Amino acid sequence: MAKMKGAIVVNTERCKGCSLCVVACPLDLIQLADKKVNRRGYRFVEQVNAEACTGCTSCAIVCPDGCITVYRKKMEN
Amino acid sequence: MENIISPENIVYQKPTLLNDNDMHYCPGCSHGVVHKLIAEVIEEMGVTDKAVGVSPVGCAVFAYKYIDIDWQEAAHGRAPALATAIKRLWPENLVFTYQGDGDLACIGTAETIHALNRGENIAIIFINNAIYGMTGGQMAPTTLMGMKTATCPYGRQADLHGYPLKITEIAAQLEGTCYVTRQSVHSVAAIRKAKRAIRQAFENSINRRGSSLVEIVSTCSSGWKKTPVEANEWMEEHMFDFYHVGDLKVV
Repeated sequence: MAKMKGAIVVNTERCKGCSLCVVACPLDLIQLADKKVNRRGYRFVEQVNAEACTGCTSCAIVCPDGCITVYRKKMEN
Repeated sequence: MENIISPENIVYQKPTLLNDNDMHYCPGCSHGVVHKLIAEVIEEMGVTDKAVGVSPVGCAVFAYKYIDIDWQEAAHGRAPALATAIKRLWPENLVFTYQGDGDLACIGTAETIHALNRGENIAIIFINNAIYGMTGGQMAPTTLMGMKTATCPYGRQADLHGYPLKITEIAAQLEGTCYVTRQSVHSVAAIRKAKRAIRQAFENSINRRGSSLVEIVSTCSSGWKKTPVEANEWMEEHMFDFYHVGDLKVV
């Protein structure tokens, strides 16, 4: 069966680490980066277990700063 | 993974009308989401050249720095009066105001009610977070009963501070309004609904059907002294009991 595979790219310089995407992700694939900050001093988010992402766009829709770009592709396997 | 991250697979990205200036809003602020929705709606409607926004005084005072359309900055609370003039001079344009509760429901109550009552063909986006965010979390007309702020540290009391003002319910009673709704942006589903509401309001302005008011029940994590996630939970628990989400008037 064809399966949707997704990927996100976070604009880490724009991210303020509000964590709204962390709770919005239905698969819990996003978390705050550990001991890393951007040039404005905010902890930013990054994806974990990226293989599981389906590209549902929930994280990007709730992001107040539009930091997340979502990609989705149908995989034949 | 690499073959997924490719331009033809993009399913969501920051709207191009929302520029790359860093927004000054606090992390997790509802303003960011609403800015994004406005940019998306204007882009999807293809009215970038015809859209004129009126920015308020309050946290959103710099809205003109973030969305690349024409803007006019209004005096405190006077955005609907200014929007009236713009819409009457350029009747073909999409004219909307973007106001917070301190701007719209306090100092600008008269302008708001009269513009809506005259049925000016403008859309008003009303961000209600029940507090004065920019000035440091003071009590607003919309502050809930018992809610603690910098100027009512023991909670809002009726005998001392009066009752919270439901401006959207008032607007629904006015003859001039064609669309009055209350939305929120705390979840994916709510954001989708809010986007549809903003689009409806903007179409009403362009098609000159009357005044539209879209209230967005919002959070102020700094003013409420909560994390953005906690603020959303607090809003769901407390704000929605008083500010019921849904359409109040659709003509």
